[in-house]
Parts: sequence; structure tokens; C-alpha cells
Amino acid sequence: MSGYTSNPRIRWQESLPWILALGAFFLMPEYLSLGARILTYILWALSLDLILGYAGIITLGHSAFFGLGAYTAGILSARYGVTDPFLQLLAAAAAAALLGISTGAVILRTKALTLLMLTLAITSIVLEIANKASWLTGGADGLSGVTVAPILGLFKFDLFGRTAFLYCLVALFLGWLIVRRLIYSPFGAMLTGIRENTTRMHAVGAPVYWRLVLVYTISATMAGIAGALLTQVNQFVGLNVLGLEPSGDLLVMLILGGVGRLYGAFVGPVVYLIAQDYLAKQYPEYWYFGIGLLLIVVVLFARGGILGLIDKVRDKWLQALSRHRSSAKASAR
Amino acid sequence: MILYVISVGLSITMGLMGFINLAHGVFAMAGGYILSTVMARLGVPFPLALACAFLVVSLGSVVLERLLYSRLYAAGELSQVLFSIGLILMSMAVARLVFGNLAAPIFLPDYLRGQVHVTGRDFPTYRVFLIFFSALLIVLLWFGVERTRWGAMVRAAVDNRSMAQSVGINTSHLFMITFALGSGLAGLGGALGADILPVQWSYPFEHLVSFLIVVAVGGLGSLCGPFVAALLIGVADTACKYWIPEFGAFLIYAATIGILLWRPMGLFGVRA
Repeated sequence: MSGYTSNPRIRWQESLPWILALGAFFLMPEYLSLGARILTYILWALSLDLILGYAGIITLGHSAFFGLGAYTAGILSARYGVTDPFLQLLAAAAAAALLGISTGAVILRTKALTLLMLTLAITSIVLEIANKASWLTGGADGLSGVTVAPILGLFKFDLFGRTAFLYCLVALFLGWLIVRRLIYSPFGAMLTGIRENTTRMHAVGAPVYWRLVLVYTISATMAGIAGALLTQVNQFVGLNVLGLEPSGDLLVMLILGGVGRLYGAFVGPVVYLIAQDYLAKQYPEYWYFGIGLLLIVVVLFARGGILGLIDKVRDKWLQALSRHRSSAKASAR
Repeated sequence: MILYVISVGLSITMGLMGFINLAHGVFAMAGGYILSTVMARLGVPFPLALACAFLVVSLGSVVLERLLYSRLYAAGELSQVLFSIGLILMSMAVARLVFGNLAAPIFLPDYLRGQVHVTGRDFPTYRVFLIFFSALLIVLLWFGVERTRWGAMVRAAVDNRSMAQSVGINTSHLFMITFALGSGLAGLGGALGADILPVQWSYPFEHLVSFLIVVAVGGLGSLCGPFVAALLIGVADTACKYWIPEFGAFLIYAATIGILLWRPMGLFGVRA
């Protein structure tokens, strides 16, 4: 769990994900559409990490913003002929931000189970609207016929997903910069403080409620953008972006990667979606069983997720190394 | 009413014990499957099969409680939520492997199949039976929690666990029994309602939202709350679908939000 005290300088390891992503672009051209999907999920997981991992807001309704963003972009394109990708992103961000600030301002006064239920109810409402207003959203059939104009009038979305991949990568990079900046700022430190001890943050005079509303809105905006990206990549929106299930999936991804860490949001979706791509189609039963088992194991034994485990192994190894060195020195004497 | 029987179990585990257990539907599903299997394969009569569902589910839940849940009582809400989601996924996979994709067949005994004539109108016997059974259950539970020594001990342990422990109540043992009771009730509810809410592998996830709404709206740790909430939700839902079908489940969620904002602890909840 990093906070204000750790060094905000960008370390060399932090370039790894980007190098890997670019490597994937050149080495695995047949997987680029899956790759683009993974990138949008990473952006979405990043936004959840901000409120769940740092601010400690437990939500089962983060799909409301993702879905709203996805539908905003889709509706603009399929119903109103707005095909410019940036315009779509902007509209999706604005819509999600509006929903985020209006619901956040109301529900963040509650906590624990009540908050959980409220977030769940909100995403269920959005799902219900998307389902029923089929003249606008296509209802259960989904919204097809989404067209996206070339980015900046130059780069067309091609069949192999090359443009889509790079486009999502750039968006993710920008999102990452913002989140990273937020986390290492005094604002981020305040969020961590609220997560760890809300009463004390009240006592030192921090405006807890407003901080929570602010971070909730920021996170909602990012989720909306991620949703719009997904629409643009798939050129289709379905009801499966809303409701309890996508929220649950996202939660699982983030937990697997490591919640409350910037890069947990990167590792989780990559592992989850690739595993899903391989396993879920062939053995759906085993897939669910495995994911469930993995979740329980992570909760009981490995609280930091995959990244947490790596950290632990590294620490053990370093310790063993230093012990080895000191004993070697002792025997040399 | 089924919602009530299932949810009151949840209200007991969640409210009395303070554990956010999203996996409650799992126990209900297990109850339904047990009923179906026992009746179809072994030819056990319906009432006995119900008792069987209750007992087996509570015994199973004791094992789970000792092995897994008890480790997480002190853990944060997030771990509890995640843990129970994991349990849901695993149970769904197991159910699908063992029982297949189709809903489990339920054979009601003949005496529950017919119609009852009350004041000139016909009511299906099965539903009347459900209503009476639930009413009986409410009375029993209320008596158990409010008037018996066990109930007093549970309430004491919930209010202040360390104090209850220090006056000589074995709280971990007590919680185990309470948990078994809550899960057993879920199993019973699942078995009872198997004809109305079909038992299939996606059961725990599908009905999760309704259970949670009933508990949250009713208020944690109260017996009367989920009852009122289940009635309210049931009636409102049916009425909405009847009069304004284009809104669907919309109003239920809106009502939930409204009630929770008005009374964050639920209608009958006690401020913790």
C-alpha cells in the first residue's frame, strides 16, 4: 500500500507494462482485439482501484458508469450520427461524471451494507432503463450499427484492431498518469487516511465527505471513458456492461491483481481476461469453480493479490540473500 | 413469502452476526436441490424432505463456518464480500456439474396441488400452505430470539462480543449455532419455494439482489423487518408489473434507494 510517504518519482519498473503492451502490438497481431479489450478493462479497474483501493469505498455498482459511458458513445453514434471518437469520449465522460456526482453526493453519506446496496440498486436501475428503453438502446438485443470516424481524420479503425489497440493504449496511459499523480498528491494521502481511519480524518479537520464525492466523481468519469472505449472497439453495446455481474467481474480482477496498488489494476484484468479467453469457452464450469476458489484463497491467505505475493517472495529472497551474505562474512572472519 | 423465509435466515447471519454474506443464496439453492434429489431418488415424502433440506444445509454450513467463515468475522467488509462471491461462483460451478443445466424437477404431493375455496375465491393450496408455514415460522423465531435463553445470549453476544465472552458465554460456539440456523432457514426457504423460484445453477446470483434488498430494507438483525420488507417488495413488484409493465423492476430499485436514504439502517434496523 503506497501512500504520500513513498517516493513519487517514476521508477524504471514502471515502464514495463508499456514496453510489454508495445511488444504485444508488434509480436501478437492476431490478439490485438482482445488486447484492446484488456486495455479498456485495465482503465476501468484503475478507476475502481482509486475508490476501492485508496478511498475504501466498497461498491458493487461501478458498472453503472462504465455502462453509461458505453451507451452514451453508442447512442450518439448509432442514433444521432456523431462519429467523432473524441466527441463520443467527451460526452461519455460528461454523462458518467454527472451520474457520479449526483449519486455520489447522495449515497456517500452512508456506509457499509447500506452503501453497498445503494450502489447495487443504482446500477440495477441503469440496467433496467437500458433494457426497457429499447427505442434508444436496442434493449436486450444490444445496440449495433455503431460507427466511429477515423481518429483525427487520419487513423481508421481497421479490421485487425491495430488502431483500436494503440488508441486504447494512449487513453490508458493518460488515465494512468492522472491516477498516479492523484495518488501521490496530498489528496491521495487524504484518501488513504480516510480509508484507514475515518474518525481521525474528521478530527484533523479533513473534509471527508467532499473528498469522497470528488474521488467518486473522478473515478466515475474514468469508468465512463473506459466504457466508451469499449463501445468504440467493439462497435457494439450490449446489456452485459451493466448490472451486478460486470461489477463483480471487475472486483474479482482487481482483487486478483492486488487492490490498493496502482499496478494491481494492470495485472488483474490481463490475467483474468486471458484466462477467460482460453478456459471459459471450453470449460465454463471449471472456470467459475477456479475463479471462486482463487478468490477465497486470495481473501484468506494472500491479501495483496498476485502483486502482493510477488512482493512477499521478493522480500523473503532479499532477506535470505542478506542473511547468506552476513553468514558468509562471519565465516570469512 | 419465500423471500421472507430465505431472507430471515440472511437477516440472522448478517444482522445478528454482522457478517456480509452474499453467498446466502447458495444455501437456499442447496436446500432446493436436496429436496428435489431426496424426493425423486429416494421417494421420501415432502414434509420429511423439507426437514432433510433444513438439517443437511445447517450441518453443511457448520462445516463451512468452522473452516472458512470464522476466520473472517474480524476481517473487513471487503474480504467478506469477496469471499462470499467466491463461494457463489464455486457453488454455481458445482451445481452445474452435478445437476446439469436444467432446473431441478419438484414433485409436489397431491394434497398441496389443488385449490382452496375461501370466501368464494380459489387459491392454490401450495401458496396458502406457504403463507401459513411462514407465519408459523415468524412466531417461532420471534419466540426464540426474544423469549428464550439462547435468544438472550445471541443478542448479548452481538451487542458486545467480548463482554459476553467474559461473562462465560461461549460466543464462538453460539455463533456457529446461529449461523447454522440462518443457513438452515435458507435451505428450508429454497426447498419450500422450489416450485415458485425454480432451482437451477444460476440461482444464487439471480436472486441475490432480491434477498439483499429485503434484508437491507427490512433492517439488519430484526425478525420483523425482513417480513415487512418481503411483503412490501413482493406486493409492490407484482403491482408494478401488473399496472405499469414498461417500468419493470425499476420502481423496486427506486423504492429501495428511497427507503435506504430515508432510514439508512432499514425500516426496523437498530442503530449499531
